[in-house]
Amino acid sequence: MYPFAYHRATSVDNALATLASAVDGKLLAGGMTLLPTLKQRLASPSDLIDLAGIADLNKITATATVVSIGAMARHAEVAASEAIRNVLPALTQLASLIGDPQVRNMGTIGGSVANNDPAADYPAALLGLGATVVTNRRSITADDFFKGMFETALDAGEMIVRVDFPVPRRAGYEKFRNPASRYATVGVFVAETSGGVRVAVTGAAPCVFRHKDMEAALAKSFSAAAVANIKTPATGLNADIHASADYRAHLVGVITQRAVTKAIG
Amino acid sequence: MPNVSLTVNGKAVSRDVDTRTLLVQFLRENLGLTGTHIGCDTTQCGACTVHVDGKALKSCTVLALQVEGKTVRTIEGLADGEKLHPMQEAFREHHGLQCGFCTPGMIMSAVDLLNRHKSPSEETIRHELEGNLCRCTGYANIVKAVQAAASAPRG
Ligand SMILES: Cc1cc2nc3c(=O)[nH]c(=O)nc-3n(C[C@H](O)[C@H](O)[C@H](O)COP(=O)(O)OP(=O)(O)OC[C@H]3O[C@@H](n4cnc5c(N)ncnc54)[C@H](O)[C@@H]3O)c2cc1C
Ligand code: FES
Ligand code: FES
Repeated sequence: MYPFAYHRATSVDNALATLASAVDGKLLAGGMTLLPTLKQRLASPSDLIDLAGIADLNKITATATVVSIGAMARHAEVAASEAIRNVLPALTQLASLIGDPQVRNMGTIGGSVANNDPAADYPAALLGLGATVVTNRRSITADDFFKGMFETALDAGEMIVRVDFPVPRRAGYEKFRNPASRYATVGVFVAETSGGVRVAVTGAAPCVFRHKDMEAALAKSFSAAAVANIKTPATGLNADIHASADYRAHLVGVITQRAVTKAIG
Repeated sequence: MPNVSLTVNGKAVSRDVDTRTLLVQFLRENLGLTGTHIGCDTTQCGACTVHVDGKALKSCTVLALQVEGKTVRTIEGLADGEKLHPMQEAFREHHGLQCGFCTPGMIMSAVDLLNRHKSPSEETIRHELEGNLCRCTGYANIVKAVQAAASAPRG
């Protein structure tokens, strides 16, 4: 790691003020992405601003209509939340499949969403449910938030405070896990919401995306059979040593069917 | 250099550290607690697993400064004098180790898992130990050891 100064933020305002006065500051949440990046010397921030001490930034609330998760809520806290499980079990299940227990004890929803890894799980839930990312200065819908590979609508000096998920009628998440990293080779979040059916795919492409053909078919009939024959073009999909673009395209179909089956319960 | 104060295995410790000091480095190099191993240094293998405020995490991917004021338990803090912790005893009894390199982290994760699951199925044990790699045993005896510890009296 290159040298950096370390700060413990006491409030959101204090974190943002410290960030603004730093030459090249970075917010530190769970560190599960940032610290490995620093250890590989792929980044050299002048200052790290640790958000872990900010009171209430990990707060979770759930009503019959909205689940609200503070930016610093750890994956393990979401996975174990009875309040969320009661209204949106697909989300607790998604959180319980991120990485491994040690990673879940540190990693946060804010860090995961800000990072927007192409194979991360939370982006699929945000886009699949039509969630809203609330920052220190505005609210951004998931459809506008995820811009590209590791790219989001966040400005420099902007911080995620919480994510609000509207509670759907039913939802399901299924992922084909990379057996070593447990990131999604392909992950699909399916939700039947008051505004229609939404299908979000992660892992397959450089950025999470909505699958409009699947959505249209499920709007007609919310069943696995309805999407069984929908083909996903391999053009533009990710290809790596784990899976070719053709294989990922095939998986999108299979995993969507399984996600629908889970949503139906 | 900034100061960090925390409790490790029941003892209050306080040291000045470089901001870059990882918790695992702090434990091994500053405190001489070399039971916590470094297998990969890339957050994959779990050999460096310790408990912070009762929760398992990978100490190669946490700054010492992040654990200011917290309570850390390492493999050295499990046994009660000469008497092994039930999980350590179960690993010995059931041959849950061969070279022993992964064992401290494996045991810390296994203790954490039993804190959260009172009588875990084999599937739960395997899922919960996904953050710990073992190059020797093939996991079968590790799973057996955890199952045995789950039905033994807790320590
Ligand atoms: C072994 C391993 C396996 C993993 N497996 C999975 C997996 O299966 N699925 C998955 O989805 N993820 C996986 N992850 C990633 C994990 O979920 C991370 O926790 C997550 O990507 C980053 O969250 P963090 O809290 O650790 O953020 P950090 O690493 O602390 O920060 C990441 C980035 O986000 C920024 N940031 C953090 N908080 C905020 C905020 N509130 N506002 C604005 N910017 C912010 C930081 O400045 C930094 O640039 C894995 C990680 C590891 C190490
Ligand atoms: S040394 Fe920390 S996970 Fe391998
Ligand atoms: S016993 Fe050798 S790595 Fe596990």
